Amino acid sequence: MTDYDSITARNVPEATTVLKSAKVAIAGLGGLGSNIAVMLARIGVGKLFLVDFDKVEPSNLNRQHYNTKHLGMYKTEALKNQIGLINPFIETEILTIKVEEENAAEIFADYRIVCEAFDNPQYKSILVNALLQNGNTKIVAASGMAGFDSANRIKTECRFENLYVCGDYVPAAEGGIGLMAPRVAICAGHQANMVVRLIMNIKKV
Amino acid sequence: MCVNGIQIALERQISLQDFLLKEGYNTSRVAVEKNGGIISKKSFETEMLNDNDKLEIVNFVGGG
Repeated sequence: MTDYDSITARNVPEATTVLKSAKVAIAGLGGLGSNIAVMLARIGVGKLFLVDFDKVEPSNLNRQHYNTKHLGMYKTEALKNQIGLINPFIETEILTIKVEEENAAEIFADYRIVCEAFDNPQYKSILVNALLQNGNTKIVAASGMAGFDSANRIKTECRFENLYVCGDYVPAAEGGIGLMAPRVAICAGHQANMVVRLIMNIKKV
Repeated sequence: MCVNGIQIALERQISLQDFLLKEGYNTSRVAVEKNGGIISKKSFETEMLNDNDKLEIVNFVGGG
């Protein structure tokens, strides 16, 4: 068996102690959220709070961090299981619920860093607007990561004081463009890295 | 008026709601700051824009 320090041995050393005492919420566990969660688990973020209402289906497997064994499981449970195998020394709390305008602020009230990782643009907007009402929550959101256009078009921007947005702003479904693992994972990487920077108290993109 | 860093001439006073629609935004998919403060969606219709305002409009598109 192993331990927390061995798993994080190749981290940036001064980051690890800060990451270990950090907690991050992730809203939506699809292509973005599942990959963000796994990345943050690997580097030892002390507590992850994972929220989604959906179950794993075959069409998720082209970009989301699940496998055929997870089909039919709630994404919250499938992801918690995987994190338990990758880094069992962090805390993972899950909540299987649909985030709506009415419950969003309450669900994430204990978190100062929240990743918006939904697929549906209306729900992205609902979550971001609900959380921005509370002036001390930093939101790392995503808008646009479809297709296989240049990876370099995906950017992280600080749009409001408390809102970072990663993506290229090109829509998926309506534009007739599909979603595929590489660009979705690139966008998830942008979000995860911005989360690390915020944990390290770096607000600059 | 300054919108997402670009200067736009405002011919007449207009509500935020009407401005967003005129510019082609779907108001259920945005987040808007005016002069550094978040504007709740409930206030879009009553929030009037002036030529010296600074707007930041974040447009959310599908995919994740």
